[in-house]
Amino acid sequence: MDMPRHWRLNEQRYNLVGTECPACGAKLFPPRPICPDCNCKEVQPFRFSGQGEVYSYSTVFQAPSGYEEFVPYTVALVRLKEGPLVTAQLTDMDNDEARVGMKVEMVTRKLREYGEDGVIVYGYKFRKPVADYLETEVD
Amino acid sequence: MRDVSIIGIGQTKVGEHWEKSLRDLAIESLWAAMADAGVEEADVLYVGNMLGGQFVGQEHLGTLIADFAGLRGTEAFRIEAACCSGAAALRQGYLAVASGLHDIVAVTGVEKITDALGCITAVGLAMAADGDYEASQGLSLVAVHALLMRRYMHEYGATNADFAMFAVNAHRNAVGNPYAMFRRPISKDAFEKARMVADPINLLDSAPVADGAATLVLCPAERAREFNGQPIRVAASAVATDSIALHDRRDLLFLESAYLSAQRAYQQARVSPDDIDVFELHDAFTVMSALSLEACGFAKRGEGFKLAQNGDISLEGPIPICTMGGLKARGNPVGATGVYQVVEVVEQLRGQAGPNQVKGPRLGMAQNIGGSGGTAITHILEAMD
Repeated sequence: MDMPRHWRLNEQRYNLVGTECPACGAKLFPPRPICPDCNCKEVQPFRFSGQGEVYSYSTVFQAPSGYEEFVPYTVALVRLKEGPLVTAQLTDMDNDEARVGMKVEMVTRKLREYGEDGVIVYGYKFRKPVADYLETEVD
Repeated sequence: MRDVSIIGIGQTKVGEHWEKSLRDLAIESLWAAMADAGVEEADVLYVGNMLGGQFVGQEHLGTLIADFAGLRGTEAFRIEAACCSGAAALRQGYLAVASGLHDIVAVTGVEKITDALGCITAVGLAMAADGDYEASQGLSLVAVHALLMRRYMHEYGATNADFAMFAVNAHRNAVGNPYAMFRRPISKDAFEKARMVADPINLLDSAPVADGAATLVLCPAERAREFNGQPIRVAASAVATDSIALHDRRDLLFLESAYLSAQRAYQQARVSPDDIDVFELHDAFTVMSALSLEACGFAKRGEGFKLAQNGDISLEGPIPICTMGGLKARGNPVGATGVYQVVEVVEQLRGQAGPNQVKGPRLGMAQNIGGSGGTAITHILEAMD
């Protein structure tokens, strides 16, 4: 169910690949076929570092169907080091730790499940930076 | 282009209508508006609706409603622009009459919410946001607006309680509107104690989604006197878009679509914000009231919330908003909301707003917003002498 739809987004969800505009230098996430700043169509793939800081956040107490298991969870707008904002959940921290300006880094986590026989969707979330943290942690 | 007039209005009470289907609600408001205008037929029916397919498993709404309302054969279809589907339908009706192609046009906004469960409703409403990059991260439409509100509070030093008077004003006005969902006042204290939905948005920051339908009947201004209803002129109709997703905005705290559509409307009507006597804005969340007032030129950036605190937005103030309860207390029947707003401006300009009548209004504005600001549609109406 919904498998191709999620598969098409693998490069964005796992590697934070957006686009870069060769004309004006704008770096964009999510990727777009045309630069919204200068209308250049020769945009190229660009992989973001995953480093950023929290621009805004909210703790969700009433979740849409499919996300109930995470309640309460904190979502955020993260300002990536390279410029754009990305919408994502904060993870590996208490909900009341979130602050505007807090440094965060991208990690891969479970976004949701589609029941016992359905696909499990993974993607980016953001956590407080952990230096020299090499092992993969799964929710 | 021809001048366009509104000659008929109709609406159902907004609420949980367990006994009425989507088509029942639409027909009730359509017949009321046609009776108000004194017309028995229409050349076209446009239906504004966002979630018929998702919530009641029914598409093809234009034809369904035309058929069951006794208008079989009439040109009809559905118009969708998320939460501003209603105003989008009016925009199409306006273009149809102004262009000279059609004379009598009915515009119905309808939404049937309560056939779906709450968590499913949240999924449907979140379709107004970017599915791949907002909703898929677990954001409800409330959460999207919560990100806006948190940043607003951070930048301008506002607190949750600073937004309370938007909700208090809306509820106070709903008491006098027989079609409103919540006809009871709320206190500032109750606002401050309301439980969080998506921090910092609490239950009383948020407009309740519910069932409802409203209809307008339009005709060329030159024919308006042939019909029953007291005609009101559409002085401006304007649409503007922005990015759907918050993260793609050029400036998070400036509703560019609201600004652009308002500017285009002011230019078309040759008026300025100072000339507007009544403003039905899109108060889906209290922060949207503040941002709309700023984008439309009624407040400086970062100061929209102060208009609620000092009483400027009350029925007696310089810029009355949500005069019949707004989305907050009249209720938010999503795809119908934009039509309700215009019905209410017509009531004010006709002098039919009962206990909520603003004193002698000549110009009224309605602004319907899709999602968190992806689309904004502004109409300015003028009382005719």
